[in-house]
Amino acid sequence: MWTFIIRRLLQSAIVIIGVTLITFTALQMSGDPTYLYVSERATDEEIQRTREALGFDKPLPEQYLTFLGNLAQGDFGNSLSYKRPALDAVLEALPATLELTLFAMFLAIVVAIPLGVVASLNRGSAVDGSIMTVGMLGQSIPSFWLGIMMIMFFGLQMRILPISGHVPFIMPLLSGDWAQAFRNLPQALYYLIMPGFAVAFYSISRNARLVRSSMLEVLGQDFVRTARAKGISERAVVIRHALRNAWLPVVTMIGLEFGFLIGGVVVVEMVFSWPGIGRLVFNAINQRDIPVVQAAVVILALVFIALNLIVDLVYAKIDPRVKL
Amino acid sequence: MAIEAIPATPVQARPLSHRRRELRRAMRSMLQAKWPVVALLVLLLVAFAAIFGPWISPLDPNRQDIMMRLADPLTEGRRNAFFLLGTDGLGRDVLSRLLYGARISLLVGICAILVGGTIGVIAGLLAGYFGGWIDDVIMRLGDIQLAFPFILLAIMFLVILGPGVMNIIIVLGVGQWVTYARIVRAQTLSLREKEYVEAARALGDSTFLIIFRTILPNIIAPLTVIASFNVASVILSEASLSFLGLGVPPNVPTWGAMLADSRDQLMANKWWLAFFPGIAIVLTVLSFNILGDWLRDFLDPRLKTMA
Repeated sequence: MWTFIIRRLLQSAIVIIGVTLITFTALQMSGDPTYLYVSERATDEEIQRTREALGFDKPLPEQYLTFLGNLAQGDFGNSLSYKRPALDAVLEALPATLELTLFAMFLAIVVAIPLGVVASLNRGSAVDGSIMTVGMLGQSIPSFWLGIMMIMFFGLQMRILPISGHVPFIMPLLSGDWAQAFRNLPQALYYLIMPGFAVAFYSISRNARLVRSSMLEVLGQDFVRTARAKGISERAVVIRHALRNAWLPVVTMIGLEFGFLIGGVVVVEMVFSWPGIGRLVFNAINQRDIPVVQAAVVILALVFIALNLIVDLVYAKIDPRVKL
Repeated sequence: MAIEAIPATPVQARPLSHRRRELRRAMRSMLQAKWPVVALLVLLLVAFAAIFGPWISPLDPNRQDIMMRLADPLTEGRRNAFFLLGTDGLGRDVLSRLLYGARISLLVGICAILVGGTIGVIAGLLAGYFGGWIDDVIMRLGDIQLAFPFILLAIMFLVILGPGVMNIIIVLGVGQWVTYARIVRAQTLSLREKEYVEAARALGDSTFLIIFRTILPNIIAPLTVIASFNVASVILSEASLSFLGLGVPPNVPTWGAMLADSRDQLMANKWWLAFFPGIAIVLTVLSFNILGDWLRDFLDPRLKTMA
């Protein structure tokens, strides 16, 4: 178990170094990165001063090492528009983004598995057909457009769900105020429903299709026939025998889907004015606030890597064939 | 002693009729499945709009008419202008912008696949054929890239490089190469040991010829399936990036940017601003997905687990 964790941590370290290298290269690709840090009306003298202050006049390998050293200390530089450390701004927005991401992941699993199972048990029926059609559609709808449509229908037309706003849950939890956190929970979920579904719809569709094909494969196998022959109730056959084997590929898939999910979160946050990293990044894009974009990218990459590590561990836990 | 070249036996007739038979089989399978036919028609329509946009669009997509701001669909404007799908906040014709938007979506979708596919195919061929450290380096690079949500990298590069069709094609293209490299590598590994590859080697063909003339043609089929799904996801990514304001310059109409503009009018309930561009994206992406599904089943049902 520990060797597995250590190996995965080492792999993650390599990925993180890769990410920093790419982040660094991206900066250099603009030609002279100094111009990204000064205003358009800056004088030559100001430009030269900034260049020296930021170390862009030094040789590239030295610049990269300085860059890495600063990153290790959590120093991404000051945000150009907020005039405070970029990392602070990103960390402040992180809890809201985590709430949305985790809630979307929860939906992607909890909604998709029953849909896929029902479809597989009624193969070829109208139920199966409609679930699969919605599944196909779900993989073709941009999450932000779905968000806009939901706002128009559920928010503005029917007025049953809030079109923006956010009630913190993770923030009070982290600051130790558990009572407050759980008092906030119902409201927090209420505000999460629409953005959560907008982000998760793609994954729900994909997972439902995956569960269905995985179930169909398992249901045709000998051990399922044996279980049925033994006279076990159909419910037990499906849940205890088939599903337990069928959801392994789904767990793998969920790990890979974080990428999509995080991409979706960044864009959907914009639609719902969700106070997370996505909205921060969007504002930073408009201000060309490079340090904030860099900090956001690296932090989200860390979140992604951590979540993937957890999925791997869960996978090892539920599949006894995987030896750690 | 000079060895005279033996004139090649004309074998033209067979492969041609074979190809025709395959085509007929494909058409029959498509008609049977029905939906792929609809998808193909939709895509032809989108392609038509993309190619002939300037000739068929009723108005200049950037022509502003302040008097006609936010006109409802089916409104008649001045000077014989008719706004079938209404106008946006600057009084620009939504239908014309929609038709022009097809260009960017298709252009970016297809070119990004060509960029990513070319890189991926070459990388996969090299990794699979040579193995060893070349294989290791290429595949580990791919692992690193996949271990990271690509859209974030795309955002970062585009913020720094600035908007532009070329930039977005390159960034999204580079994002796709790993999928191709993995599949091509796996196929190359198994083909490398096939008799006809060995025969080519025995005949003294150069490595270059073996890789590109003998192996490559035999792995095209699964690539078309992946490409079809890929175009769909690239179009979605392009729409997301345009929505964030990272796509093409503001004077070029794109579906994603139209949706971004529509946000300003969301509270005013100008539904057509958000509805039509979204439908355009969904129909295009859905069609590529349906075609991909069909193509996969048609070419090789075993691929089902891959995509």
